[in-house]
Amino acid sequence: MSEHRPNTEGKYKWIGTRPERPDGADKVTGRARFGADFSLPGQLIGKVLRSPHAHAVIKSIDTSKALALNGVKAVITAQDFPDQPNLIVPTGEMQVNMRDITRNIMAREKALYEGHPVAAVAAVSEAIAKQALSLIKVDYEVLPHVIDVAEAMKPDAPILHDHLLTEGANPPASKPSNIAKRIEFKKGDAKAGFAQAQVVIEKDYTTQAVHQGYIEPHATLASAAEDGQIQVWSTTQGHFQVRGFCARLLGLETSQIRVTPTEIGGGFGGKTVVYLEPLAMRLSQKSGKPVKMTMAREDVFRASGPAPGGNVKVKIGAMRDGRIVAAECIVEMQAGAFPGSPVGPACMCSFACYDIDNVYIEGFDVVSNRPKVAAYRAPGAPISAWAVESTLDILAQELDMDPIDLRLKNAAKEGTKTAYGVTFNTIGMVETLEAIRDSEHYKSPVKPGYGRGVAAGFWFNIGADSSAASHVGEDGSVTVISGNPDIGGSRASLALMAAEELGVDYNKVRPIIADTASIGFNFVTGGSRVTFATGLAVVNSVRDMIRELKVRAAKIWKIDPEAVIWEGGMAKPAGNQVGTFEPLSLADLAAQAGRTGGPINGHAQLNVTGAGPGFGVHCVDLKVDEDTGCVHVGRYTAAQDVGTAIHPSYVEGQLQGGAVQGIGWALNEEYIYNAKGKLDNPGFLDYRMPVASDLPKIETILVEVPNPQHPYGVRGVGEVPIIPPIAAVGNAVARATGVRMVDLPMSPPRLSEALDAARPMKMAAE
Amino acid sequence: MSEIQYQSAKTVKEAVKYMQAAKGKGYILAGGTDLLVQMKSGARSPGVIVDVKKIPEMVTVTEKNGSFTIGAATPAAVLGENKKLRKTWPGVIEACNLIGSTQVQGRASAGGNLCNASPAADSVPALVAAGCIVNVAGPTGKRKIPVEEFCTGPGKTSLKTGEIVVSLTLPKRPKNSSDAYLRLIPRTEMDIAVVGVGVSLTMKGDTVADARVGLGAVAPTVLLVKDAAKALIGSKLDDAALDAAAAACSAACNPINDKRGTIKYRTKIAGVLLKRSAMIARDRINGIEHRGHRPV
Repeated sequence: MSEHRPNTEGKYKWIGTRPERPDGADKVTGRARFGADFSLPGQLIGKVLRSPHAHAVIKSIDTSKALALNGVKAVITAQDFPDQPNLIVPTGEMQVNMRDITRNIMAREKALYEGHPVAAVAAVSEAIAKQALSLIKVDYEVLPHVIDVAEAMKPDAPILHDHLLTEGANPPASKPSNIAKRIEFKKGDAKAGFAQAQVVIEKDYTTQAVHQGYIEPHATLASAAEDGQIQVWSTTQGHFQVRGFCARLLGLETSQIRVTPTEIGGGFGGKTVVYLEPLAMRLSQKSGKPVKMTMAREDVFRASGPAPGGNVKVKIGAMRDGRIVAAECIVEMQAGAFPGSPVGPACMCSFACYDIDNVYIEGFDVVSNRPKVAAYRAPGAPISAWAVESTLDILAQELDMDPIDLRLKNAAKEGTKTAYGVTFNTIGMVETLEAIRDSEHYKSPVKPGYGRGVAAGFWFNIGADSSAASHVGEDGSVTVISGNPDIGGSRASLALMAAEELGVDYNKVRPIIADTASIGFNFVTGGSRVTFATGLAVVNSVRDMIRELKVRAAKIWKIDPEAVIWEGGMAKPAGNQVGTFEPLSLADLAAQAGRTGGPINGHAQLNVTGAGPGFGVHCVDLKVDEDTGCVHVGRYTAAQDVGTAIHPSYVEGQLQGGAVQGIGWALNEEYIYNAKGKLDNPGFLDYRMPVASDLPKIETILVEVPNPQHPYGVRGVGEVPIIPPIAAVGNAVARATGVRMVDLPMSPPRLSEALDAARPMKMAAE
Repeated sequence: MSEIQYQSAKTVKEAVKYMQAAKGKGYILAGGTDLLVQMKSGARSPGVIVDVKKIPEMVTVTEKNGSFTIGAATPAAVLGENKKLRKTWPGVIEACNLIGSTQVQGRASAGGNLCNASPAADSVPALVAAGCIVNVAGPTGKRKIPVEEFCTGPGKTSLKTGEIVVSLTLPKRPKNSSDAYLRLIPRTEMDIAVVGVGVSLTMKGDTVADARVGLGAVAPTVLLVKDAAKALIGSKLDDAALDAAAAACSAACNPINDKRGTIKYRTKIAGVLLKRSAMIARDRINGIEHRGHRPV
């Protein structure tokens, strides 16, 4: 694996090394416990009755027969949850409305998509629970449905929500529609910019809904006690969010709910919302027994948030020398059954890689009879990037310019003002482009029959709220406590930063993830924030502990705490004038803690700002079987501005995983709906994610441009790598075949049809 | 809740007896790679499961006078490790070794693949091209069925109540014969054929002396495409003959539009794969090795 690390060479002892992850042994031996591994004595099994219809009024639900079945202990419907106000609350990178979320976990007036929960039961066995579901009688009035975004935007489309007036419509909306929101971003004068341009490229693109595809289906166990306290185990990216949402949904105080996150078998943004947890909690309250619920894979596909599909129109105007003078992007995006697609970030990211004077961006958030979308790595950005980066490739071809040179000519730099208003601090877009330009891959000739594509991507990354604590044991070993489920090796990174800060061996530091009652609030694991923001909290908690350690050494030495320094894991006198004392190790100080003031701990809690944005540039060589439309990816390199790679293996892993998911999005993944509005491929056989044999080893180049606003220069790295792959693949297909694909996925039947359609034109041209 | 009985048979006779007693509610368990999945999904609910893995003749491969008989429950991985079988019938074996995944190969069998009666079964087009005979045992004795007549529709076979598939017999090969199987899947493994084509050839010099073509996933059952074989026989596998055979394959298609492929795409790919399979079979006759099933 290639490494490019000019900034940290020799600077750190632990940061930048690759020790085993704290959770590694348990995961490879099968000891690690995931959501469905948790059980309690006497537990019931909860099952959900889901709507068979894409759109239907729920006229009545009769649960009496189910409740009468021997072994059934509780049945719930929407009536078991209080209605919620129209209140927006943040969940990672998305926003959710409490009024909608209570309707999403359990349909209220209408079922809005196939798989929408309408009732749930808890019974002594799975078989009885299933039988009980068949005894629930739901009287539906089936309504016309709408799946496609363009169809949903039409004035005569079936309306999902009678109260929905388009926010931001111009002129203001007077009638309900499926367009929940219209947004726009402007910089300079796009019209004037296009008038000045010597070349204008304009193209329309479409993408399909895709699922995060985490291997572990949603699972939870809830146990409500007689005193009103509830314990919950859940596979989630944010147990504090589970607590917060469920407290609202059930009308409880957050202190009544204690949520323990289990090990998580993938999340990618999809486990930042709640589905089963509030149902299991209510069923447990009603039955007085612990209730365990798990989703089948079909439920995951039908009813948990996919990432949206969308339609994107892009127009780019440039001068003959490659300078881009105007850009326009219009995004229409699926929100699913309730408002709240990531159209905002899609718009904001669209041209963020480039320094363009005149920009117009418009976005539409559109509801249709699909499951409500959830976050998926860099929500929205891959969709607009696919359109923008494809259009740039057409421009490069039109100008006969190297695609990297074209991007370098227009690259965003420190001081560049984005269309959404932010001015960049230190960023690494140029360095990342140069890393690909100078790579062995890019310099090597393209093999005969292959095409090479490149594309770039941008993501903000976030900070937000984090708490951490550090405890010294009586033997001098250290426990670092934080509250973010580890979805990408964050425990290893937190331990490395703590070890570096303390000057002790990495193996002396044990990082753990505490439940909601055992550590202060932590915002969800999302937005590529954990190693950055929770990392900062950990560093600060360790510094707090070091401050205390210095106080204890000063007490032992009977000198002023200011005269003690911490160095190499030891307290030392600040200089000879202070006196001569043998340095005291962590173990020495821990052993004497009882006599110097009690336990030695450090704490930190903060709202972290100053997240450094990340840029990625990917390069792919592939060939297309022109008879079948099958794509063979031959070589793939991902370069990214990663700040400081705390644990390079897990940074590389993020780049590789993002690239693979992006390749799947480009080539085969799609939600396929039938005429009745039902999902036709709710399983991994016909929802095709790439398998190992589909791919070459993903090569990575880590470009380290430290974030000046973090003590170790950390930037988020987990989301950027899913942004460039789709366009990189499309651009390579175009260069291999001469055919420009504008509709995703570029699956064999679709690509074969496009190649066949282009063949007579190509022959005529020759 | 319904109860499931499990019976482990030691002989074919015993297995037949259990199946007959089950009165249509019996299912044979070989590798279980289809049955167990179908049971979990609720697609099948057997009354009796009859395990046939302890019946020696159903899990072994024998050769007699150049003709191979494959026990119906023999795992595909075992078939792949039989060098002589692989050398004689490389197309049949590569097809069997495409069922499921590497892990599934340790359990999945050609007999099970056939009895599951999916039109997209990987082993079946190659078995059809090979002229395989299905050896069936039942309450009234034994009978032999040409493999192309075995399936009658998706999930349906010509087995009568109490009958089981004991083994598959591949005929003796004339000199200068070989075969090939290609399937199209959108991925490289862990997938189900959008189209599958098996071709078996016997050459005399550079001319095709005999040919059989099996075509899968384009009709309710796997097809024996006689017109494609006819176009190949007597030819030197020149472009005109291959085009004619490909056209015959496309003409034989009666596919559906579904999530796995369109009618148009399947019809086209049937022809593409016919040509490629025929060329691979010829190469093998000429001693040129071919590995890899993905037509890229």
